[in-house]
Amino acid sequence: MSGLPATPASSVPVLALGDVLLVTLQGELHDGTAEQLQDHITHRIAHHPVPVGGVVIDISGVEIVDSFLGRILAEIAANARLLATRTVVAGMRPAVAITLVELGLTLPGLVTALDVDRALSLLGRAPSAAAPAHPEGDA
Amino acid sequence: MHAPPAPTARLPIASDADLAWVRQQVRRAAADLGFGLVQQTKLVTAASELARNTLVHGGGGHVEMTVLEEGACRGLRLSFVDTGPGIRDVELAMTDGYTTGGGLGMGLSGAKRLVQEFALDSRPGEGTNVTVTDWVSGVPSPRTGAP
Amino acid sequence: MQVADHDTAEEVAKELGGFLERRREQLAQRWADAPLFRTVFTVSRDEAVEACKAVVDALADVARSNRLEDVQAPGFGTVRDQLGRMAASRTQAGFSSSQIAGEVAGLREPALALLRTEFEESSAEHSEACLLALTVLMGTLRLVVMETSVSAGEELIARQRLQLLEVATPVIKLWEGIVAVPLIGTLDSARSQVVMESLLEAIVDQRARYAILDITGVPTVDSLVAQHLMKTVAAARLMGAECIVSGIRPAIAQTIVHLGIDLGSIITRAGLADALAYALTEQGIVVSQGPAQGGSPR
Repeated sequence: MSGLPATPASSVPVLALGDVLLVTLQGELHDGTAEQLQDHITHRIAHHPVPVGGVVIDISGVEIVDSFLGRILAEIAANARLLATRTVVAGMRPAVAITLVELGLTLPGLVTALDVDRALSLLGRAPSAAAPAHPEGDA
Repeated sequence: MHAPPAPTARLPIASDADLAWVRQQVRRAAADLGFGLVQQTKLVTAASELARNTLVHGGGGHVEMTVLEEGACRGLRLSFVDTGPGIRDVELAMTDGYTTGGGLGMGLSGAKRLVQEFALDSRPGEGTNVTVTDWVSGVPSPRTGAP
Repeated sequence: MQVADHDTAEEVAKELGGFLERRREQLAQRWADAPLFRTVFTVSRDEAVEACKAVVDALADVARSNRLEDVQAPGFGTVRDQLGRMAASRTQAGFSSSQIAGEVAGLREPALALLRTEFEESSAEHSEACLLALTVLMGTLRLVVMETSVSAGEELIARQRLQLLEVATPVIKLWEGIVAVPLIGTLDSARSQVVMESLLEAIVDQRARYAILDITGVPTVDSLVAQHLMKTVAAARLMGAECIVSGIRPAIAQTIVHLGIDLGSIITRAGLADALAYALTEQGIVVSQGPAQGGSPR
């Protein structure tokens, strides 16, 4: 038994909702994949011809956020901020929030929202129904 | 008179993929035992922290999962074992914010807060053994000691 | 409580069994009025009588198998569940295990009286021994009931404790997107856990953007209580909700400052109304005066 095969970073859904990047994290995320994703998002913000108006990371499908993933989320937001882009982490589950706080990880610099709709409102964009969504190309 | 129960499973910790597998197996075992969602989440998260420690700082190792039954109480014991360099200063390693590389240094002290029983045995040059135990509780039990 | 010899003991036990079988109906009728059965089987007296008969049958079985002192006698198997439920019912009504045992002991006299009557009507060979045997058997029954009631009591305490914690922390919707938790009593680790879980669930259900933690009913705020509050605030924040701590009485404010507790960036207000006003303003909701709806008193 050699563990679960890794989800390649390129198969983590990254949609563009207007000029906002919507990253949807689901289920199991290997450490390496998370790091690759972080790189991908940072590059995307820095180099894409169309400026990114914001990043929403949807973690409503994530059951476990440990200190590693917590650090990744904080770093994605920090990198984006350096590139003048706001990041919102949306949809944290109650059990995950309780656990992170107990772990001592309150992620104070992170902007959070109850769900993707709220996250888009925070970024000054209309809720997802308004803008057409199209998938990003490969990393 | 009880002999210590035999481990239910022994999972290798040698790669990223193994960390994910450990999380899944611990989650499954905890759910089967009837742990509530919050307790499950805490236990799996602690397992993730400790497994990563074993991989990153211990050079790899394994975890032994044991289902416990004492009277009407059911529990799960996880024992993370590595034969790595060991921890030189256990007290220091257990303080919040301490880290020797990457991460936010929450590994040990954070994991300790997530579980009911925590035991650390480490000697420089002889490896590390971290054993955590959680019991299924229908009632939230007040935790004694500093949070 | 020794009978003459083993053979006699067996004979006596069998005689006792026979008596119980013969007098099943009568004994059941007497027992049905005892508190233990009467208060448990409240639907109808017939129900109580049937329950008593089941117990008598079990006792008869135990007697016939000559296991008067054996709590584990198979004969008890048929009524163990029923006795357990009866004990649980009495426990929920607030009776302790020893009180319940006392109620079982109260069943002995009617049974003895009935046995004595039988001996008067038709002289039996070992009447004294029989009475003794019945006393022993009733004692064993008491032990069986005690066993079941103790474990039922423990389970009940655990359940009640959980219920108490949950009931004591209701989450109230004050307005669209605004919830409030009036914290009453000491905020210890267990209560804090329940508050966090209830609050976060409510934030999801109500899609709340603001959560007001009112500590008017919390007698003292020390660094531990402050820590619990801060954890709750942090958890709500991770879910996109802002917390306001209200109910800061002057004495509490002084204690917090005196202890050097740093509440960080938590927003605080003196009263729940102030906190509500803040949350409404933040959302751009204005409360204005219009024509009064209620009629003036004539």
